[in-house]
Amino acid sequence: MEGSIVQMGAYIGAGLACMGMGGAAVGVGNVAGNFLSGALRNPSAAAGQTATLFIGIAFAEALGIFSFLVALLLMFAV
Amino acid sequence: MAAEEHGEGLAFHPMDQFIVSPLFGDGEVGVFTITNATLWMALSVLAIALLFIVGTRGRAIVPTRIQSIAELAYGFIHKMVEDVAGKEALSFFPYIFTVFLFIVFSNFLGLLPMAFTPTSHIAVTAILAIGVFLTVTIVGFVKNGAGFLGLFWVSSAPLALRPVLALIEVISYFVRPVSHSIRLAGNMMAGHAVIKVFAAFAPLILISGIGVAVTPLSIVAITAMYGLEILVAFIQAYVFTILTCVYLKDALHPSH
Amino acid sequence: MEETVLEHGAEQAAEHGAAAAHGAEAASGGMPQLDFATFPNQIFWLVVSLVVLYFILSRVALPRIGSVLAERTGTITNDIAAAETFKQQAAEAEAAYHKALDDARAAAAKVVEESRAEIQKELDVAIAKADAEIAARTAESEARIAEIRESAAEAVSKVAKDTTQEILTAFGVQADAAAVQSAVDQRLNGGAA
Repeated sequence: MEGSIVQMGAYIGAGLACMGMGGAAVGVGNVAGNFLSGALRNPSAAAGQTATLFIGIAFAEALGIFSFLVALLLMFAV
Repeated sequence: MAAEEHGEGLAFHPMDQFIVSPLFGDGEVGVFTITNATLWMALSVLAIALLFIVGTRGRAIVPTRIQSIAELAYGFIHKMVEDVAGKEALSFFPYIFTVFLFIVFSNFLGLLPMAFTPTSHIAVTAILAIGVFLTVTIVGFVKNGAGFLGLFWVSSAPLALRPVLALIEVISYFVRPVSHSIRLAGNMMAGHAVIKVFAAFAPLILISGIGVAVTPLSIVAITAMYGLEILVAFIQAYVFTILTCVYLKDALHPSH
Repeated sequence: MEETVLEHGAEQAAEHGAAAAHGAEAASGGMPQLDFATFPNQIFWLVVSLVVLYFILSRVALPRIGSVLAERTGTITNDIAAAETFKQQAAEAEAAYHKALDDARAAAAKVVEESRAEIQKELDVAIAKADAEIAARTAESEARIAEIRESAAEAVSKVAKDTTQEILTAFGVQADAAAVQSAVDQRLNGGAA
């Protein structure tokens, strides 16, 4: 019975951890959207900043992946 | 435990695709055992060798299709290293290119059905990231001596803030390999697991009436996720490589 | 109801136990990524792969591609230089062609001019000759006309004198021939005047 409660807690925690992915989605959208608006203002400078765009997206996305990882750990490892 | 069998018979095993098991026999996984991980790493190496040795065999001035793929990859990474990390980083180009090719081929071969993705394992990406971390740290100290510590001493900040910032910089420096490796492994694992979860819903049509709606939906979802995964497979290799270049730039020019 | 729940719980517990036992064996229950038993194996083969890959790339592939790219750049540069030379040559040839064309045009114009001058000269000579001939003939004709007129006038005055003489004779006037003549001459001249 005690194990079931721990399991329940783990599952609830996993679900809660998945909310972090929404944050990552907001972040990635922010990065891409701001890049696009900047690129439309000054298209000639946009090509040189693609690398920065991807780095920014990677950093934003990594945090979402971390929350996904926490969810996975709660689901399978705890 | 997701390994639980539900009454309806749907089997959720999203993580089973990542199990490392011996290729021959059924024994323990020792250090030298040939496992499925070994097989797919070897396939990556083989594919790269085919592309870069057999493909460029002609040394043609006007390249064949395969040769131009090899040249495109070469030019892509060469330019990235030169643009991001500077000209003197070009001596690390073979190393960075090796890492990039290994990751990109592992990612793409891992997208084949029934395949195993070496880069979805923390063990693999951690070694790659620790390799980059050690390289960057050693190069930084060899090239700049103690001046490499200037990376942590933000001289443009007010003096009172500098110790705090130095602490933060040190922490972020040591977190680098963690985020570097978990980003890659997490992305690969997440995509494959999500595809597997959707795939588990697909046979519902054989079991229950609601499957008429669920099965096509899950097949569409698998297709969409697969397309996204193709993008992610490349972007994560790109990001891993470009972050390596960024870290290398820090090692070569530590001044903030 | 309670019985079934209990039964289910027991079943689950049994299953859980089995899974745990299985997990201890091959970790199929937990995350395979955290099955530390497989780490040495993966790390070993990863390092082997990377070393093999590094040697394949740095010993064979990269120098080859680098040389091919350098060769291509060289070829392209040479070709562009050659194209530049050819372009210059073409421009020179064009200039020479235009010059030749202009020369030919000038020569033709000169020839035309010369022949025109020659023809003009010949024409002038011919015209002059013709003019002279015409003038000579005109003069001749005029001389003859004058002669004819002279003789006619002479004849007229002679006829007039003779007629006057005869008329005078007929009237019975013995007129002096000389006087008649001068009178007729005077009259003719006055009439003419």
